[in-house]
Amino acid sequence: MRHLLSVADLDTAAATALLDTADRLKQALLGREVRKLPTLRGRTIITMFYENSTRTRVSFEVAGKWMSADTVNVSSSGSSVAKGESLRDTALTLSAMGADCVVVRHPASGAAHRLAGWVDRDAAATGTQTSIVNAGDGTHEHPTQALLDAATLRERLGGVAGRRIAIVGDVLHSRVARSNVFLLATLGAEVVLVAPPTLLPAGVEHWPCRVSPDLDAELPALDAVMMLRVQAERMHGGFFPSAREYAIGYGLSADRAALLPEHAVVLHPGPMIRGMEIAPSVADGAASAILAQVTNGVHVRMAVLYHLLAGAPE
Amino acid sequence: MLIGIPTRGAVLARRLAAAVAEFSGTAPAVGTVDPTLYRDDLRRRPARPLEDTAVPEGGLDDRLVVLVDDVLMSGRTVRAALDALSEHGRPRAVQLAVLVDRGHRELPIRADYVGKNVPTARDEQILVLLTETDGADAVRLRRAPGAAAPGGGDA
Repeated sequence: MRHLLSVADLDTAAATALLDTADRLKQALLGREVRKLPTLRGRTIITMFYENSTRTRVSFEVAGKWMSADTVNVSSSGSSVAKGESLRDTALTLSAMGADCVVVRHPASGAAHRLAGWVDRDAAATGTQTSIVNAGDGTHEHPTQALLDAATLRERLGGVAGRRIAIVGDVLHSRVARSNVFLLATLGAEVVLVAPPTLLPAGVEHWPCRVSPDLDAELPALDAVMMLRVQAERMHGGFFPSAREYAIGYGLSADRAALLPEHAVVLHPGPMIRGMEIAPSVADGAASAILAQVTNGVHVRMAVLYHLLAGAPE
Repeated sequence: MLIGIPTRGAVLARRLAAAVAEFSGTAPAVGTVDPTLYRDDLRRRPARPLEDTAVPEGGLDDRLVVLVDDVLMSGRTVRAALDALSEHGRPRAVQLAVLVDRGHRELPIRADYVGKNVPTARDEQILVLLTETDGADAVRLRRAPGAAAPGGGDA
């Protein structure tokens, strides 16, 4: 594995190997006073975030630091991006500085793919090899989020294959939903999308999942429900009449959560809009694995960095 | 306390613990430590899968730890395992038990307990097979020039 751009790069064996590595890393750090592994000593990881982020950026940084890599953050404000430098020039500059890995988040779908193409072409000329990790590109993909969700489901449910998982809400703007649908299908889960028709992307009928308009009808048979954030910053138009109406149709209220089977898990990629997508009592309830997702995020990202950077260059 | 190095060292550690329990009547604690994350040759090969790490309850502090592996050769795996161990606690002493010592040490490491010394040439392979992992108990010596040794053969 040279880059991680999309969950489509991962077949069942590769995805399972990543999740297994994440489990082992979690195990290796369990109960230790010093959470530091020497594995990536001398490697440089640059996180380049052109969109706001708390958990993803910090999680990659912590993951790198726990494995003794040097991590550097670049954000669009405060860097030459604010002076008008193009993504390509910024990336090639970072690559020329000797970055072994660039973790990129960008509002344009496909940004990570373009970046990987540029640094690969550059690699032949300069002899430097840089791995690109997609940490979210527009409405396209967010592979490490899907991996950490799968890790959390494995941990809570004992496995993913054969489980029924609903992804609820703003599917149209959600790279988390897209990555999850494809990764969960690769791992053998049965995925149901529940969303207002205005928030479903074109071509959803070709995705490896079922689409349902009725959340209440789905809840009793689910093993897990993943609530999505309503991405107001990407909405340029009226996709639903009001926040209140959205909450009535698609919010996970306490009454709705009571319809879930006892063993079912509630996930949310964060940041949550409490009261609209999910009731506070559900988000903080026993079925919620939302903070476990964050914890697993660090281990999953350690696993990704391990697979990309620890071995011999390809 | 016996700490095995996966995969076959871990099996041997469990067997030794059972033998000690039968002989002495007290069962020693058994665990495993995966040295992979501490290896000095990670960058020479594609990323390796990680193995189990399970430190017995109560930790390693002030305990006598016997590291167990199947084959001792360069000593690099043991070096990595010692580093991994030290991150989990500070044992009173660490000793090393191996089934086969085949020579060719590259570090100042020796075993305290050796099942058998088997003088070998560098291009030979030692394969340790165990019922639990391989379906049969055997130690095989194989001449395979140029091929990388699988399993614990590179230990």
